[in-house]
Amino acid sequence: MSDPIPYKPQDNSAWPPSLFPPYKSTVKRAPTKPLVIIPQTLSEVTGPVYGHSKVEKYDNDLTLGHAGEPLGERIIVTGRLLDEDGRPVPNSLVELWQCNAAGRYAHKVDQHPAPLDPNFTGAGRCMTDAEGRYKFVTIKPGAYPWKNHHNAWRPAHIHFSLFGPSFLTRLVTQMFFPGDPLFPFDPIFNGIPDAKARDRMICKFDLDLTQPEWALGYNFDIVLRGRNATPMEH
Amino acid sequence: MSYGQTPSQTVGPFFHFALPDEKLETLVTGQTKGERIDIEGRIVDGDGAPLPDALIEIWQANSEGRYDHAEDKQEKALDPTFHGWGRSATDMDGKFRFHTIKPGPVPGPGNTLQAPHVNVTVLARGMLKHLVTRLYFEGEKLNADDPILARINEPERRGTLIAKKSGGKYVFDIVLQGDNETVFFDV
Repeated sequence: MSDPIPYKPQDNSAWPPSLFPPYKSTVKRAPTKPLVIIPQTLSEVTGPVYGHSKVEKYDNDLTLGHAGEPLGERIIVTGRLLDEDGRPVPNSLVELWQCNAAGRYAHKVDQHPAPLDPNFTGAGRCMTDAEGRYKFVTIKPGAYPWKNHHNAWRPAHIHFSLFGPSFLTRLVTQMFFPGDPLFPFDPIFNGIPDAKARDRMICKFDLDLTQPEWALGYNFDIVLRGRNATPMEH
Repeated sequence: MSYGQTPSQTVGPFFHFALPDEKLETLVTGQTKGERIDIEGRIVDGDGAPLPDALIEIWQANSEGRYDHAEDKQEKALDPTFHGWGRSATDMDGKFRFHTIKPGPVPGPGNTLQAPHVNVTVLARGMLKHLVTRLYFEGEKLNADDPILARINEPERRGTLIAKKSGGKYVFDIVLQGDNETVFFDV
């Protein structure tokens, strides 16, 4: 069997270092020894493939499934899952989670004294379509405090988990909202060295996606690590 | 035109209601072919403290050594009951666990053969990006010639990737810092 066509290197201006002392929890959790460089083998260029059967039709609408509607500003979040050459990544699992409009997660560890919303859990999932597109309906999450440093607040964000076509394309990221005043103060956002790369984590308001009398629309394209060529081209 | 990669951000401490599911710790059904194994491990930080908020994911070949993926074109049988992916959130003691089968060997670079191994992704609060490593099996003859283990220059560090058989389980602890720091890969 011939060696697999390799994926491009991880872009280290876009990816954060493991150790970033302003984000305090990295200090005891970042490896101290250099990573060992290994070649890409069949083990790395393959990866989990999810079947449609595991994702239900309404899993992408976080405003459903409770007795009533959640509080907050209703939003549509949609975009495309792409590789670095702009090729769509179809049929790939997208998982998302967030806090409620008041900035509180439906999680026992979250002790922020903001109200829980009985009509909002904040977890969703869907598969990308043939064009790599995904779509969620949810509410805009709130900012919330954390104890990293004095008066630390996370800018409003939605967590995303992506798989893509291989073990190497795994990505967990966060989507932020345009113009958030908390950006300069957030060590997680600023853990990304390059300002242009940070901007790629900010969704774009889109009037065309906005539905009159119903919900604001935001576009958020997600770009996974690409490949030198697709296997089909060889 | 090149599109810039979307940066990685931490999974944070609040993913439990969205990502894990106890069912994802079991990769096998009653019909799955191969030697049943239980994997258990504990992940600790630089103080030796367990991580109660880590998420471990695994990806492995089936008992024949074939991945359930379009790019694995080996002439080995697929097992319709085995897809090779699992996910386990650590408990308050930093422990994770999987019920799976021992994978077969898969081809490596050139004409080499890779010893049976499980590919491991580590996500946690306090990690801006995930780490990747591998789990190999104690007592496996092919370990001695494995082309990836051979890339680890200090032979004594190779042992951090070898799961030890203990009490009917393969025990694979992940140490983020210190003398027994687990080898993580740049791939």
